[in-house]
Amino acid sequence: MAHVSITVNGKVRKADVEPRLLLVHFLREHLLLTGVHVGCDTSQCGACTVLVDGRSAKACTIFAVQADGSEVTTIEGLAKDGQLHPLQEGFWEEHGLQCGFCTPGMIMSAVNLLNDTPKPTEQQIREGISGNFCRCTGYQHIVNAIQHAAGKG
Amino acid sequence: MAAIPVLPKLVGERVKRREDPRLIQGRGTYVDDIKIAGMQHLAFKRSDVAHGRIRAIDTRAAEAMEGVEAVFTGAQIAEMLAPMPIGTPFPSPPHRAVATDMVRYAGEPVAVVVASNRYTARDAADAIVVDIDPLPAVVDPELAMTGKPTVIHPDFPNNLAVALVPSGTGVSADGKVDDSAIEKAFAAAEVVVSQRMINQRLIPNAMEPRGVVAHFEPGKGSMTIWSSTQNPHILRTMIAAMIGLGQDQIRAIAPEVGGGFGAKINIYAEEYVAAAVSKRLGVAVKWIEDRSEAFVATTHGRDVIGYVELAARRDGKVLGLKLRLIADIGAYNMLLTAAIPTLTMMMANATYDIPAIRTTLTEVFTNKTPTDAYRGAGRPEASYFVERAMDMLARELGLDPAEVRRRNFIAPDKFPYATQMGAVYDSGDYGKALDLALKASNWNALVAQRDAARKEGRLVGLGLAMYVEVCGSGPSSSMSTGGWEHSQVTVERDGRISATTGASPHGQGNETTFAQMLADQFSVPIEHITIHHGDTAIVKQGIGTFGSRSQAVGGTALHLAGGKVKTKMTKFAAALLEAHVEDIVFENGRIGVKGSPASAKSFADVAGYAYVPVPLPEGLEPGLSEEAFFEPANFTYPFGCHISMLEIDRDTGEPKLLKLVAVDDAGNLINPLIVEGQIHGGLAQGIGQAMVEEAVYSDTGQLLTGSFMDYALPRATDFPRFELHSSVTPTPVNPLGAKGVGEAGTLGSTPCIVNAAVDALAQFGVTHMDLMLRPEKLWRIIHGGHA
Repeated sequence: MAHVSITVNGKVRKADVEPRLLLVHFLREHLLLTGVHVGCDTSQCGACTVLVDGRSAKACTIFAVQADGSEVTTIEGLAKDGQLHPLQEGFWEEHGLQCGFCTPGMIMSAVNLLNDTPKPTEQQIREGISGNFCRCTGYQHIVNAIQHAAGKG
Repeated sequence: MAAIPVLPKLVGERVKRREDPRLIQGRGTYVDDIKIAGMQHLAFKRSDVAHGRIRAIDTRAAEAMEGVEAVFTGAQIAEMLAPMPIGTPFPSPPHRAVATDMVRYAGEPVAVVVASNRYTARDAADAIVVDIDPLPAVVDPELAMTGKPTVIHPDFPNNLAVALVPSGTGVSADGKVDDSAIEKAFAAAEVVVSQRMINQRLIPNAMEPRGVVAHFEPGKGSMTIWSSTQNPHILRTMIAAMIGLGQDQIRAIAPEVGGGFGAKINIYAEEYVAAAVSKRLGVAVKWIEDRSEAFVATTHGRDVIGYVELAARRDGKVLGLKLRLIADIGAYNMLLTAAIPTLTMMMANATYDIPAIRTTLTEVFTNKTPTDAYRGAGRPEASYFVERAMDMLARELGLDPAEVRRRNFIAPDKFPYATQMGAVYDSGDYGKALDLALKASNWNALVAQRDAARKEGRLVGLGLAMYVEVCGSGPSSSMSTGGWEHSQVTVERDGRISATTGASPHGQGNETTFAQMLADQFSVPIEHITIHHGDTAIVKQGIGTFGSRSQAVGGTALHLAGGKVKTKMTKFAAALLEAHVEDIVFENGRIGVKGSPASAKSFADVAGYAYVPVPLPEGLEPGLSEEAFFEPANFTYPFGCHISMLEIDRDTGEPKLLKLVAVDDAGNLINPLIVEGQIHGGLAQGIGQAMVEEAVYSDTGQLLTGSFMDYALPRATDFPRFELHSSVTPTPVNPLGAKGVGEAGTLGSTPCIVNAAVDALAQFGVTHMDLMLRPEKLWRIIHGGHA
């Protein structure tokens, strides 16, 4: 067992974990942050995307021990004081989701995109979320959702 | 008195989804989010060979691992579970949930581990040693039909699951075949186009893999089962039958379901095993599918070869169509497997008035993952085969592809139209959809653009495809589950409305559309309405969501149940207001008498009176809760026209979709925003089939595209911005006039893209190319090779 101390959504979380425990399972099973989803086992789908020290990362690709000392933000930590994040509003306004399974990871990737590129072109948006799969929407309403959020920023 | 706020009409409006606030905050509850005290985890050991005889399974190392509760081999599971049932009337070989003696596809379960956590369960599964004597495998259906190199099921010679079923002109209900009409059509033909076409195997890949939690409570003798399914009521029926409980003793719950696309209709081995093991051990068990498992363990789609022959006159009038189908169904029959290709036969008439059609269907076992429904389920195959053939005919005759189609359309005054295939198309105006698509895409300008690009040496093509599909499944005569849908609408004591629907959504937004309908029906704020679904303890009856049926069938059931409640509430209001029932009006959250708004009571006051009815009006029972089953008299037949423009890179062969214009006619729309989303998603899957997706097997039956590393799921960068337009031709089949839209996008997009690709490469002498448009294939055509 290895000891980790990870700041998740602003709170320090300490635990003894198996060295092989994936960050995504630490978040889901230990902290019950079940908004972080697992959609594949080859780091392609992006459903598990979270922010690690402010940068988007696929939580299925990181061991919990690798995140020791880091700050992690999950979808549950995005809304502040009951106010939805502009991207959450954008996804709602523009029907950017259907089944909702890819949505948390998609939103977290979009957070990273807009941090880097506050006013992205459509092509930049499509490239920015190309590490995240959505099987429902054909991506068009997701693009609209991110444009909606970028317009507000 | 303050002015009463006027409530807007919501049906037909782009209402934001009511599902979204929980989902965008990560607060949805999917199966893997469910935890129960004492819950154990399952992991399956699967065969890594495609065909073989199990000699021995050594589970000792697995059983010795700390945290392992139990290990069951196929033989032990067989003591708890009979062979799995199917939902079609076709003959079917026995199919054990866990293989007992033979394995017939790579990925078939051979043992199951029960352990205290999922890591341990996986470790233990890996520690099981399975000794399998390999047998030759067969993955090519046309080879399999010869009985070589292997016969997969002993009672099915030549691997024929369905030897040959004829359908169409001259085929009577009792199977008698009269060839005179079809032979006459081909004898009279001035031109015949013939082509063998492959509609390749696809992997559905809902973003949420499957999962199940089964919780048998020994003291109660009842079970709750959560599953990522499209149809919890069917799940309940099947689980009850298989584990020996009554349907009253099982509560099946489909919580948030992360996409289905047809692959979550089937009731799977893992669901039966979870239920049986939970009952045996008296503890809750959970199984969550890995993506790598999903690639082999969840049903695949399509995989049909079509031999198409189209007989026509030189003016483009089609005289006859022959379509010989060979469906590769994989190793076993699943719930609907055998029925899916019959829908291809049913829709062979497409949008055309064809005097004679003959289709035949052969279904073949191979050593692959079984197929079943995948978005479109049989209809995209039909539209692909026919629309490719129509394009080949136009090219052969040197006619405009739109004009050839127009000359063959079923005329708008012919509806309802009985097809050669036994369908009765409810309503349609195909010329209208074609005209709109040509106009909206600015077709003539696109032709000029294409021609200008060609002058520069670029390889640009234009493609067009019509479609009609069969939706709103369906009359009970066509479905072994029953084809109705159920709803109960309750006006609660406080005037709020609870409603249930058996149409269990997994992204379709029924919580929103159904609430829109009730808000209008009762003239109450949508915020006062809750739609319940996906739980057999709350939703008394149901079938499920598939076949683009939830609005047309489920929505109608809701509308009818709402109507019954409203009728009763009108009577209470009439008693309360001392008025005639015919004078009662529901308006802006109030119920009053026509012409005297001041006397109106609030909706909640009338509701309260119905529950404390003093005095009780004569002939009424207390309460406001009514249910309805809606049995549709027919299917619905949405239609449309899709147009695409494609450019192929001369140096790399890579195709790029430049434009996609879709005209879809789904009848009346409840929420155009949600409809657009459904069409976008369908287009993405149809384009995926045309351009990037293909399940590829090795000759030994190994799935070579067994992960997202190898199977190309479309990404955001693969698509242009889709351009959507709609015409509206309501259906007479239901009072809403709604036809259904969940699958439409897959029907026109695939053929219109291949038509565009052939147009782009016609200068190299190519008249057809098989799915999908792999760059290598296109490069070889361009550089002197073959398709």
